[in-house]
Amino acid sequence: MKNFSGKNLACIRGERGVFDNLSFALEPGEMLILSGPNGSGKSSLLRLMAGLLMPAKGALEWNSINIYEDPENHYSRFHYIGHPAALKPTLSVVENLKFWANIRGVPKRDGEQIANGLAAWGISGLANIPVQHLSAGQTKRVALARLLITFAPLWLLDEPATSLDTQAVAVLENLIAHHRQAGGMVVLSTHSDIKAENPAELDLSRFSSAANLAEAL
Amino acid sequence: MHGFSALLARDLRLAIRQGMDSGMVVMFFVIAVTLFPLGIGPEPNILARISPGVIWVAALLSSMLSLERLFLNDFEDGSLELIVISPVVLEISVLAKVTAHWLTTGLPLIVVSPVLAIFLNLESSGFAILVASLALGTPTLSLIGGVGAALVLGARRGGVLLSLLILPLFIPVLIFGVSAVDAAVGGYPLQSQFMVLAGLFVLALALCPWATAAAIRQAMA
Repeated sequence: MKNFSGKNLACIRGERGVFDNLSFALEPGEMLILSGPNGSGKSSLLRLMAGLLMPAKGALEWNSINIYEDPENHYSRFHYIGHPAALKPTLSVVENLKFWANIRGVPKRDGEQIANGLAAWGISGLANIPVQHLSAGQTKRVALARLLITFAPLWLLDEPATSLDTQAVAVLENLIAHHRQAGGMVVLSTHSDIKAENPAELDLSRFSSAANLAEAL
Repeated sequence: MHGFSALLARDLRLAIRQGMDSGMVVMFFVIAVTLFPLGIGPEPNILARISPGVIWVAALLSSMLSLERLFLNDFEDGSLELIVISPVVLEISVLAKVTAHWLTTGLPLIVVSPVLAIFLNLESSGFAILVASLALGTPTLSLIGGVGAALVLGARRGGVLLSLLILPLFIPVLIFGVSAVDAAVGGYPLQSQFMVLAGLFVLALALCPWATAAAIRQAMA
């Protein structure tokens, strides 16, 4: 049984404590929505899960094994889509996606996955256009198409609905539902409404360092 | 290895697509070297005497020019963090990017250096050794430069800071590179200089990718 959990996590950015005593657990097929006001640490928590940040306290575990014991192994378990698109403006959509596919170990000649990914987002027609000529929403779709290049059990999505139109949000909801049916896990932060079947919600404002202090008093 | 070749191929493709960087580095190299005869005067003996040093110093400064952008573009558009959390070991990714940097800046410098050597009236016996010393020295420059480029990520005015950090570390390469050419021109044995240059390269190859990777991880936090 795969599972991904965090226990008593604390995060400090700069001199400021962002959250403290935060725990979560995810089983296959489950989805966690991170909510809370700006600055409550949604992005920081996602970066902790991705191993980009170290927790000041606590541990993140995959099947009860700390993710920092074998970081490269952990990296192959998830897709992380953050705010920057991480696409090169002078390369075409396909060239960009091919690069990320190769980095993740997809064989060079396997273009099928990329074509499928583009088709799912309705941007097959943009395949050979340099990314610099795309609109913000199209760029975001290309970035999200990375989710479909290879299967990774865990999706970490930082505000995936930003600059997406309603149709694209529907695609996203659909992909998330499929991913969960296939036993995948999803963690996402959002300010807008993303519909999903019984997602767990984690309100980060409850774990702010100030709230913890108030509780302690 | 798939990660190494994918990243190397992407960086080379970007360099060709954008085109300007390598060209500007070579132009800077040519112009910087050209300034010396204009400033010092066209006395052939003086130029012949200073030419190895001038070419080497100009090569150092030119390879500095594009160093700042080695990781900066990827850092700003979010690619670098995805490279850090890709299944490819970060040290390998670093090595791929440094290799691409050398192929797009170091290698063109080596190619034009004999032309500049003629221009500066270097003894013909020094030509081959000049090219060989640059070929052995410039990869070391790219490797050391990578550490600096990673350290200044996120710093304001990183380019100036980078020069201050890195140029002192280039000094040993400069000394032995120039002295190899001087020895060739003077007819002295030059094996020891090449052994030191090779030693510096091996040392940089062994240490710099790890230092660079550590600095990049630091910049992510």
